[in-house]
Amino acid sequence: MKFTLPWLREHLETEAGLEEIVDRLTMLGLEVEAVETRGADLSPFKVALVTEVRRHPDAERLSLCRVDTGGELAEVVCGAPNVHAGMKAVFAPVGVVIPASGEALRRARIRGVDSNGMLCSASELLLGEDRDGIIELPVDAPVGRPASEVIRLEGPVIEVAITANRGDCFGVLGIARELAAAGLGRLKHRDFRPVPGEFEAGLAITLDFPPGAEAACPLFVGRVFRGLRNGPSPAWLQARLTAIGLRPISTLVDITNLVTFDLGRPLHVFDAGRVRGDLSLRFARPGEALAALDGKTYRLDPDMTVIADASGAISLGGIMGGESTGCTAETTEVVLEVALFDPLRTASTGRRLGIESDARTRFERGVDPGMVLPGMEYATRLIQGLCGGSAGRPIVAGSVPPARPPFRFRMQQLERLSGIALHGAVIEQHMRSLGFGAEWVEDGVLQLWPPSWRHDVTMEADVVEELVRLHGYDRVPPMPVRRTEAIGHPALSPEQRQRASVRRALAARGLAEAVTWSFVEPELARRFGGQGIRLRNPINAELSVLRPSLLPHLLSAAARNQSRGQANAGLFEVGPRFFGAEPGEQEVVAAGIRVGQNHGRHWAEPPRPVDVFDARADALALLASCKLNADAVRVIADGPGHYHPGRRGRLMLGPQTILAEFGELHPAIARDLDITGRAVGFEVFLDRLPRPKAKPGRSRTPLKASPFPPVDRDFALVVAAEVAAESLLSAIRGADKSLIREVTLFDVYEGQGVGDGMKSLAVAVRLQAQDHTLTEAEIEAAAKRIVAAAAKATGATLRS
Amino acid sequence: MASGLMDVDVDRLERALLAEVAGAADLQALEQVRVEALGRKGRVTGLTRSLAELEPEARRAAGQRYNQLKQTVAEAIAARWRELQSSALDAQLIAERVDVTLPVRPSVEGRIHPVSQVTDEITAIFAEMGFSVAEGPDVENDFNNFGALNIPEEHPARQMMDTFYLEAEQNGRPLVLRTHTSPVQIRTMLAGPPPYRIIAPGRTYRCDSDMTHTPMFHQVEGLMIDRRTHMGHLKGCLTDFVRAFFERDDVPVRFRPSYFPFTEPSAEMDIGCRRSAGELIVGEGDDWLEILGCGMVHPNVLRAVAVDPEVWQGFAFGMGIDRVAMLKYGIPDLRTFFEPDLRWLRHYGFPALDVPTTYGGLSR
Repeated sequence: MKFTLPWLREHLETEAGLEEIVDRLTMLGLEVEAVETRGADLSPFKVALVTEVRRHPDAERLSLCRVDTGGELAEVVCGAPNVHAGMKAVFAPVGVVIPASGEALRRARIRGVDSNGMLCSASELLLGEDRDGIIELPVDAPVGRPASEVIRLEGPVIEVAITANRGDCFGVLGIARELAAAGLGRLKHRDFRPVPGEFEAGLAITLDFPPGAEAACPLFVGRVFRGLRNGPSPAWLQARLTAIGLRPISTLVDITNLVTFDLGRPLHVFDAGRVRGDLSLRFARPGEALAALDGKTYRLDPDMTVIADASGAISLGGIMGGESTGCTAETTEVVLEVALFDPLRTASTGRRLGIESDARTRFERGVDPGMVLPGMEYATRLIQGLCGGSAGRPIVAGSVPPARPPFRFRMQQLERLSGIALHGAVIEQHMRSLGFGAEWVEDGVLQLWPPSWRHDVTMEADVVEELVRLHGYDRVPPMPVRRTEAIGHPALSPEQRQRASVRRALAARGLAEAVTWSFVEPELARRFGGQGIRLRNPINAELSVLRPSLLPHLLSAAARNQSRGQANAGLFEVGPRFFGAEPGEQEVVAAGIRVGQNHGRHWAEPPRPVDVFDARADALALLASCKLNADAVRVIADGPGHYHPGRRGRLMLGPQTILAEFGELHPAIARDLDITGRAVGFEVFLDRLPRPKAKPGRSRTPLKASPFPPVDRDFALVVAAEVAAESLLSAIRGADKSLIREVTLFDVYEGQGVGDGMKSLAVAVRLQAQDHTLTEAEIEAAAKRIVAAAAKATGATLRS
Repeated sequence: MASGLMDVDVDRLERALLAEVAGAADLQALEQVRVEALGRKGRVTGLTRSLAELEPEARRAAGQRYNQLKQTVAEAIAARWRELQSSALDAQLIAERVDVTLPVRPSVEGRIHPVSQVTDEITAIFAEMGFSVAEGPDVENDFNNFGALNIPEEHPARQMMDTFYLEAEQNGRPLVLRTHTSPVQIRTMLAGPPPYRIIAPGRTYRCDSDMTHTPMFHQVEGLMIDRRTHMGHLKGCLTDFVRAFFERDDVPVRFRPSYFPFTEPSAEMDIGCRRSAGELIVGEGDDWLEILGCGMVHPNVLRAVAVDPEVWQGFAFGMGIDRVAMLKYGIPDLRTFFEPDLRWLRHYGFPALDVPTTYGGLSR
C-alpha cells in the first residue's frame, strides 16, 4: 500500500515530520518498506500535442506519431498502446537526459524509421511504475511549455506492508486512524454529508441469492449520474495516482481509484448508457463468461458473484468490471456502485480466475461496512466537482450488516500475556482511541464494541495486541528464559545424536556434506527403486516426485562437479527418503557416493579407482559411529538394481533387517548421468538401527587383556572361487572362541597352482590364552580345529 | 728365563697393538685386530697362558703387567669401536637423506554443510535455555499444517504460502509438503501434556523459485508453553538467542507488531545491520533486518490441541536456518546451498571436528 505524505496530511492533522511518522508506522505494525522522495527535473521536457498517429509499416506494435511541440513538428516512433491523436503528452527532445536511465536521448532509427525524440512514460520520468503507456496530460496543458509546469509531483511516497488482518489499512484513512490512535495527531474527516439526489433514476437493483447465501453481497448501493463530462482528470489527481504507481485513465475511473486508496473503499462505475435494463446481483449461471476490463474473458463458476443486467454478467463482484459497460471519454451517464462482497468468496473467485486487483485486495480482507454510504457520498462530491452533471437519488439494495457483538476483556489478561500492566483508565482510553466502544461492566472487566472497520479484533488476545501495540512493543521489558535444572539434560534424543555423529564420521572420512531436494525426476525415482510420490503442482518436471533414494541427486551433483574439473568427488547426505504418501512414511537415510579415483596423482601413492570396498568401508564406519557392534552385522552379496549386479552388497542385522545397501553404480546409470569413471555409493537406513538403549549407567565390561604372549599362525586355504570370503572368516572365528583373538585375510590368489575354479585365501590367525602361555601342542590342536571348521563350512583344504 | 717377556718387550707389544687398533679403518679390520690380540689364539692371550711357566714371584708381577696390557688394549678397541660405529652411522644417515619438502601423502578433508552446522549452533544455544529438539514428517495433513494453526481454508495467509500439494489425500483433502515447521508444534502438543519447551529444525517447502527463494529450505520452530511465559520472556529468549548466535553482545534488536494466524499478539524481530559497498554487516548500524516471526501462541491453536488457554500460555517463533547461516557466515546466494558444488562446500563448509558448543564457543 502506497500513499504520499501530503495525502496522509489530508486525513491527519499532525506536527510530526516524515521520519517520526515512518518510525511510528513501523512500530505500530505497518511496516514501512520504502520511502521515495521524488522530483526529477522535468523542465527540459515539453508538453506536446499528438496530431497524427499511423501504424509503423514494419512493426505491428509501433506507431508513427506526428507531434506538435510548440511550433515545431517532430516525427517520433512510439510503442505505447495508449497513444492516440489529440492527446497531450510529455515530449523528450533529442539530447535530454532520461531520468530513469541517466542517459541522453539519441536520434534513433527504429525499424527503418527515424525517431526524433520520445513520448515519455511515467517510469521513464521516475514518476511512477507505469511503463506500458505514456503519460496523458490534461487537455488544457499548454503545448510547448516545460512539462514541469504541468506535472505536479506529489511526494514523498511511503510504501507500507499491510498484514493480512488489516484490511482497514488499505486506505489512507485507516493509516491516519492508526497514527491518531497512537497520539501522533488528530484525525480529520472527509465530507461525508449526504448529497441530495436530484432525480429518480428509474433503475432497479435486486439481490438475487439463494436462501442462506445472502452474505455473498449483503448491501449494494447504486447511484446514477447524468450530464457528466469525462476526460483526463485534473493535474492534482493525476499526480496523486501517478505517485502511487497507478496510471490516470479518465476522471471517472481516476475517482474510483482515488477513493479505493483514500478510504479503502473500492468503487465501480458502469457506463449507464451501455447497461441494459435493471441490475441484479446473483451467482454466475452455468457456462456464463465475462469479458473483463483487463481485456481477458473469464469463464465463471456458479458460486461466483456477478452484477448482471438484461444482457448477462457485466461485472465480477468485488474483483473487476466488465468491458461492455466500461466508461469511455464519451461517457455522460454512469451508475456508481458501492457494495459489500463476501471476503472468502471474493478470495476464492479471484484466486481461481487468477485476477489480482485493488478491489479484490480490499474485499478479501474485509472492507468497512460502515463506509458504504459515506463512501458513496464522498464519491458523489468528487464526481460532481470534477465531471459536473447531476446525481440521482441513491438506490439501496440490502442493508448494512449488523455490528459485531461486543465481548468482554479482563484487564489482567494484559499483564498475564504481555508482562506489562496498564491502569484501567489507560486501557479504556487506548481502546476508545482505536474506535472501540468501551464500558466497564465488572471490576477489571471491560465490555468492548469493535468499530465497523476492525474485523480482526474478536477476543482478549487481540485486545492485548492492540494495547501493547499502542503502548509500544519496545516497552515490554525482556525477561530471561532459564532452564529449570542447574545442569541441562541433553537436548537431542539418542536418535538425533546418532545422526549428528554420523554426519561428522562421514565428514571425517573425507566426504563433503550435501543438502539436496526432497523431490526428484520420476524417471530417476523409478531407476532408484520407487515410482515416487507425485506432487500436484511441482515446480518443474525434474522435481515432481518425492525421492525414494538419496543417491540420484548426489550422483548428478558428482557429475556436475566432474564437469567443473573436480574429477574425484565424495559427497554424503543425511535426510529423508519417502516410501509412501502418508505423513510418516519416510525414513532417515545416510547416503554417500564416491566417483573417480581415491585421490589425485601423487609421487608416493599412486591413485586407484574407487571401488565397492570404499563404499562398504564408509557404511561400516558410519555404523561404528553409531556404536553398532560390527560382529552383529552380516554382509551378503545382494542388492538393488541400480548397482552393478556383481558388485553390490547388503549389510544385514539378523535375518530380516536390511541396515544398508552398497555397491558400484550400475554402469548404464553412470553413463546416463554423465559420470566419468567409476561411481560407488551406499545408503544406510538409520531408523532401522536398534534403538540406542536408555540405560541408567554407562559402565563397560572390565578389560581382560591377557599378559601371556600371542601366537600368530598363517593358513593358506583353497576354496571354490564362488565361496564368499566372509563365510570362511566367520567359520574360522568360530573355531575356537576362547583362543582366537583376531582373524585377518591378507591375500587372495587365483591362478597357477590352485586349480581351475578355485582360489586361495591366506588368513593370519592370532591365538592367545587368558591364563597361560600356549604350548606347541595346544597351538597344533587349535590349528587343526581351524582347518576342520574351514573345511566344514566351505570345503576348504590347506594349500599344499 | 725360559718364557715371558721382558718389560720392554711388553711395552713394545702394547705400542704395536695400540697402533694396530688406531689403524683399523673399519669395524671389520678392528675385529681382526681384536681376534689377533685378545682372541683365544691372540697374542695377549698367549702371554697370559705362558704365565703358568713362571715362578710364583715373577708370575704375579708379569700377571699384573699382562692384565694391564689386556685392559689397555681392550679399552682402546672399545673406544675405536665406538668411533668407527658412529662414523658408519653418520655415513648411513647421509645416505638416507630424503627431500622433506616433498608433498605429504594425500588425504581428502570432508565438510559439514552450513545448514547442519548452524542447526547445531542453534540447538546448542536453545539447549542452554532448556529446550529440546522435536521433529515431524515432511509430508503433513491439512490439519497439522493449516487447520490446527488457525489458518482456515480461504484465509489469505494460506494462499500466500505457495503450498506444494501431493496427489494423495487424507480425509478428502490433499496432503501437503509442510510449508513451515509449525506442524511440529501441533504434533508436540498432541503427543503429551504441557509444559512444552522445544525447537524443531527441519526441511520446509514452498512452491516458489527465484533469486531469493528455493522450493525447499530450512526452518527452526520454537515453542515454549507453561503457566506464566509472556511476551517479556519471548523478547528475552530471542534477544539472548541472536546475541549468542551472532557472538556479539551488542546486537541491536527490535520487535514490531505483525500478523500470523497462529499467534496473538504477533511480532517480527529485526536485528541491527549496516550495508556498505554491497556487504551486509550484522550487529551494528542504523538499518534493520527482519530475522524471524514470533508471538504468543493463539488461543485457537491451544484449543485445537485441547490445551486450555485459560491455564497455559507461551510463545512460538519460526526462523529460516539457511537465512541466518547466510547472515552469519556471509554466504551470498541461497540457491547455492542446494547445489552440492565441492568448491562451495570446501569454502563455506565446516571441518568434521568443529562441533559447536556453548562452553567452547560456537564458531572459530
